[in-house]
Amino acid sequence: MSDIADRVKKIVVEHLGVEEDKVAESASFIDDLGADSLDTVELVMAFEEEFGIEIPDDAAETIQTFGDAVKFITEAS
Amino acid sequence: MFDLTGKNALVTGASGGIGAEIARTLHAAGAAVGLSGTRVDPLEALAADLGDRAHVLPCNLSDMTAVEALPKTAVEAMGSVDILVNNAGITRDNLFMRMSDEEWQSVLDVNLTATFKLCKGVMRGMMKARWGRIVNISSVVGATGNPGQANYAASKAGMVGMSKSLAYEVASRGITVNAVAPGFIETAMTDKLTDDQKAGIMGQIPAGRMGTASEIASGVLYLASPEAAYVTGTTLHVNGGMAML
Repeated sequence: MSDIADRVKKIVVEHLGVEEDKVAESASFIDDLGADSLDTVELVMAFEEEFGIEIPDDAAETIQTFGDAVKFITEAS
Repeated sequence: MFDLTGKNALVTGASGGIGAEIARTLHAAGAAVGLSGTRVDPLEALAADLGDRAHVLPCNLSDMTAVEALPKTAVEAMGSVDILVNNAGITRDNLFMRMSDEEWQSVLDVNLTATFKLCKGVMRGMMKARWGRIVNISSVVGATGNPGQANYAASKAGMVGMSKSLAYEVASRGITVNAVAPGFIETAMTDKLTDDQKAGIMGQIPAGRMGTASEIASGVLYLASPEAAYVTGTTLHVNGGMAML
């Protein structure tokens, strides 16, 4: 697994308080990992800080799963 | 009770009568205060009077670029914004049928849109800290209406609806959002009223007098305090009984 995926997973595990093995590529933050809509906003904020990138609101809305997040951040950084 | 030691508060409209008193009261409770306003001289004078823990942060709230920069400037000056008091407001009174688009828009921009942008600008820090207090200064006329003030009343009612919606969204993060709605308070804004107007107003106030800025500031202090953690989405009416809502 790439370095970016590891760092994203660490943030998701810490923020949502889920087991690491639950964070699969297709895992939806809301449907599978128990996040509410405000959690997804906070996750995006945390990704922005960890990776030093700006994630615009319209892009943030497309980040629904762990895989989406890794893909977006890989392309952005 | 009501100890704000270690908290940083940003107060807009701190050059005005009510805003200055809010800043003084939060400062006296131990908070560091960011004094924002358009007129720098009264802000400097207030900061000099308060001494330590006071920062002058000039900002013209009709300039949206400046509004967006203010939360960052405040964080640079104080380290964080734990308490935001949206107190700045303007009036451009006119009869509804004579009210221009410009009179409408300028009041909505400063009173409502700037409040929205400042709330948004401080929210990230509050969410991370899992603690925050927002107190929006509305007005009794937002609830009752007032002839000649369609723009002002709309902006002040808008602040209440916005506060409640935001309060829902961030309650689980330890952030409260409330409004304080002053009635008629002795300030430069009400000094402009004629004696006849004042007499008419007094007849509607059961307390039989105008309120003071410190009576507003006391309500703000409570809502900003740790003790008010379970109070959110409410409007505290401070109006001498003029409108019992």
